Amino acid sequence: MVTNVTNFSRSGLYDWMAQRVSAVVLAAYVLFLLGFVIASPGLGYAEWHALFSNNAMRIFSLLTLVALSVHAWVGMWTISTDYLTPMAIGKWATVVRFLFQAACGVAMFAFFVWGVQIFWGN
Amino acid sequence: MGDGYLTSALPDNFALIVRGSQCDKKAVNSQRPVNLDLRTIKLPITGVTSFLHRVSGIILFFGIAVLLYGLDKSLASAEGFAEVKECLTSPLAKFVIWGLLSALLYHLVAGVRHLIMDMGIGETLEGGKLGSKIVLVVSTIVIVLLGVWIW
Repeated sequence: MVTNVTNFSRSGLYDWMAQRVSAVVLAAYVLFLLGFVIASPGLGYAEWHALFSNNAMRIFSLLTLVALSVHAWVGMWTISTDYLTPMAIGKWATVVRFLFQAACGVAMFAFFVWGVQIFWGN
Repeated sequence: MGDGYLTSALPDNFALIVRGSQCDKKAVNSQRPVNLDLRTIKLPITGVTSFLHRVSGIILFFGIAVLLYGLDKSLASAEGFAEVKECLTSPLAKFVIWGLLSALLYHLVAGVRHLIMDMGIGETLEGGKLGSKIVLVVSTIVIVLLGVWIW
């Protein structure tokens, strides 16, 4: 079995599972939030702020942030290993791919911290 | 295992590639090359939906920043909320939000299809083609409805 040091869980099978589980969390959050906004025409600040101050919603939001980080990493990793290859971009592919993945990782971490600030700071 | 081809947003032409390599093993000349160069494979409809799934994922990766910015502002204060609401009345902002949410909804619809396929439904070549058509039709309807709701 080929081991890979840059994928999320060192195993394609676990990555596959993590992607599915995180996808379900993300789908639930998106559908809930979209449903809430559509069902509240003329939404005001008080109502909006109350929704996100609710503890259950904070936990749901934080869970979604974690799921988002996992999901985005697996997705961007998959895409980078498929397209940023020596066949596609030449001999520097490994360096380019690694830098791309590092940038994605930093961006995801920044999104995560920013998200925590938004959900627990406001 | 542990290779990009085996995880997730699997290119739908993967089955064809695997089938090809299995044939090769049975064939007389087992050294026949297998084409794994994705750039030279003409995309069938299943490939188009798979590609769109990836593109929408990349758009969302960057779009998260926009959505988080709007959420942050809207939750920070009543003035911020009013500002975001005011901003969303401009045609440009409406178009950007429509684009982002379209990517999100397409990614969601195509993702649900993946989960359905994981249950063993629609895994044949014909089933895959039909599934791709359903994904395109359903996501188009949802995206048009979203546009109507936004404007």
